[in-house]
Amino acid sequence: MKRVLAFTLAALVGLPLQSALAQTQDAAKGKSMLETVKARGALSCGVSQGLPGFSAPDDKGNWSGIDVDVCRAIAAVIFNDPTKVKFVPLSAKDRFIALQSGEIDVLSRNTTWTLSRDASLGANFTGVTYYDGQGFLVKKSLKVNSALELNSASVCVQTGTTTEQNLADYFKSNKMKYEVIAFASADETVKAYESGRCDVFTSDVSQLYAERLKLANPADHVVLPEVISKEPLGPMVRQGDDQWFDLVKWTLFAMLDAEEFGITQKNVDEMVKTADKPELKRVLGTDGNFGEQLGVTKDWVVRIVKAVGNYGESFDRNVGAGSKLGIARGLNKLWNKGGIQYAPPIR
Amino acid sequence: MAVEPRNPPPQLLFKLRRALGGRAGWGGLILQILFVMALAWIAYEIVGNARTNLENQRIASGFGFMSGTAGFGVSQSLIPYSESDTYTRVFVVGLLNTLLVSLVGIFFATIIGFLVGLGRLSPNWMVSRLSGGYVELVRNLPLLFQILFWYLAVLAALPSPRQSVSIFGSVFLNNRGLVVPRPIPHEGLWPFLIAVAIAVAGSLVLGRYARHALFRSGRVVVVWPYVVGSLIGLPLIAELVFGIPLSFEMPVLRGFNFAGGSRIIPELVALVLALSTYTAAFIAEVVRGGVLSVHKGQMEAGASLGLSRGATLRLIVVPQAMRVILPPLTNQYLNLTKNSSLAVAIGYPDLFSVFAGTTLSQTGQAIEVIAITMGVYLLISLVTSAIMSFYGWRINRSMGA
Repeated sequence: MKRVLAFTLAALVGLPLQSALAQTQDAAKGKSMLETVKARGALSCGVSQGLPGFSAPDDKGNWSGIDVDVCRAIAAVIFNDPTKVKFVPLSAKDRFIALQSGEIDVLSRNTTWTLSRDASLGANFTGVTYYDGQGFLVKKSLKVNSALELNSASVCVQTGTTTEQNLADYFKSNKMKYEVIAFASADETVKAYESGRCDVFTSDVSQLYAERLKLANPADHVVLPEVISKEPLGPMVRQGDDQWFDLVKWTLFAMLDAEEFGITQKNVDEMVKTADKPELKRVLGTDGNFGEQLGVTKDWVVRIVKAVGNYGESFDRNVGAGSKLGIARGLNKLWNKGGIQYAPPIR
Repeated sequence: MAVEPRNPPPQLLFKLRRALGGRAGWGGLILQILFVMALAWIAYEIVGNARTNLENQRIASGFGFMSGTAGFGVSQSLIPYSESDTYTRVFVVGLLNTLLVSLVGIFFATIIGFLVGLGRLSPNWMVSRLSGGYVELVRNLPLLFQILFWYLAVLAALPSPRQSVSIFGSVFLNNRGLVVPRPIPHEGLWPFLIAVAIAVAGSLVLGRYARHALFRSGRVVVVWPYVVGSLIGLPLIAELVFGIPLSFEMPVLRGFNFAGGSRIIPELVALVLALSTYTAAFIAEVVRGGVLSVHKGQMEAGASLGLSRGATLRLIVVPQAMRVILPPLTNQYLNLTKNSSLAVAIGYPDLFSVFAGTTLSQTGQAIEVIAITMGVYLLISLVTSAIMSFYGWRINRSMGA
């Protein structure tokens, strides 16, 4: 809320309040985002307030997750140091305002790519980190096997997300009644679900798996098979600096391309020395100047992979088989492995 | 030598000058006009600035979004609402929910506040200590904490819909709320209501007449048989002539929840509980201060007339204390209304939650939504103040002060 007010005030008066709009003014002076970030010495990255697998701090305050890895990768490209990131935890409601006001350089916070967000917020999505969909979490004791059996159910959601509209659409098109109780934060939503106020907790499926871990007895709850919406989650940047937009976009593409070429955190050094295939050499920066075209160094992909690994490694470590969440790759497999993750070629 | 009559000063012009320019005269008036113009210019600049800033950042602006389809559900609505309604409708739904919780909260806060405030002054040791303890406990804990406490306490105490507490098989209490039969109006409703109104008005007139007769000539006129007769008889006749006024739709457990009937959601109950008990603690202190401001001789005078303590308070002390109580009491009412925006923490769909929350994040039009929301809270507060001022003016007038 503080951000909403600060932003409103700043836009009204046209003065930078805190850091609000400061970046926009830098842009007006002809200073690019990349230069601004370099001069500041750290990337400012908007993340969630704690969603295991995507962005969550551990007990020492170190952030991890697949969304966090995107920011670390960008920092690695710019500074050759994945730790030069300042993470700004944001609520669902505050996230766009933090981006618009210039408080953060990148929003990497499990945010669904929709037309209205792309068009009306003065920001652009740069790609899809995770193909998700909205699902339902219910208590096993209700003996519900399908979302179509949820007529007249009470549903808990977190406000400020695409979830509320999807929910309304799904129940309407299936001619079912429901009651929605919308909470400001994910924690309160889960608490209300746990206390029995709602029969159902609905959110993106990945989030349901993550929140289920926080429940007293995770095994008593089950995620229903229906996925009722398309939720492509991805990073966002402000409009108006295409170089910055390209850099963030290609950082994610590079992680995907690295996986496609089998470049991993372990073998990347070895590969740089031995690579002989022309397309591999282009990716690793031993041939051509592709990194420089983006405004960074030739070895940008190597830096990314050293910092966070390729896309597959990051997925596995944070949300996949190697994590507590254990979510299957599904749609997020590479295009040549049966999924839809596909990155344009580096050439 | 004849004394020339002095021309009286031009009264009208003088008064006008005084009213518009104050002590500074016409110069003051010009200064005021300049000041207002400067304010208008600043406002104009702010709007223009905001528009340019938003355009530069390619952020959508304007109020066109208000007619867009909201597309999300709301758990409590006093007017018919569905997902296909507009954001304007959502705004009205949220506003009504805010007003509902504020009015109900103010009602209970006033009652509890007066009881506790007078209780604190009670000569009874137990009552005064309990009241004092209540005030100190409740007003010193954060409100958000109390709202969450009541919400989780209310929810934890209630069973699931299938294990509902049932009263005569028609009223059900569970963790989805209190389900009661819903009244459905029929053609007989209006004649019935009119009959009731006539009966009540007639009874009041009869009562006045009886009192008048008693005070004037000492005659005791027995009116109660007529009063009871008309109160029961008139509506009964209306019902026989025009048909039944109401029928009730009974709630039935179907699937996860009760279908049919009306429901009071637990969020509303928890919010009203928290807001009214919290504000009551402050009102209690206001009342105590007001009563103590009345000279203790008034209390003694009441006692020497043979009035009981309760009657002395009710008839003599509290009416005088009201003059002192009223302004800070208004503050508490305003606080309660504004505090109701904490509803978002427990999922009660008030204005702040559905409009400055969901609508804001769906449309992304922060400036417009925040401006409307601020304007509405300001308006609610100003109207409340105006009503209380009017009440205060009447009290002052009736006491000849």
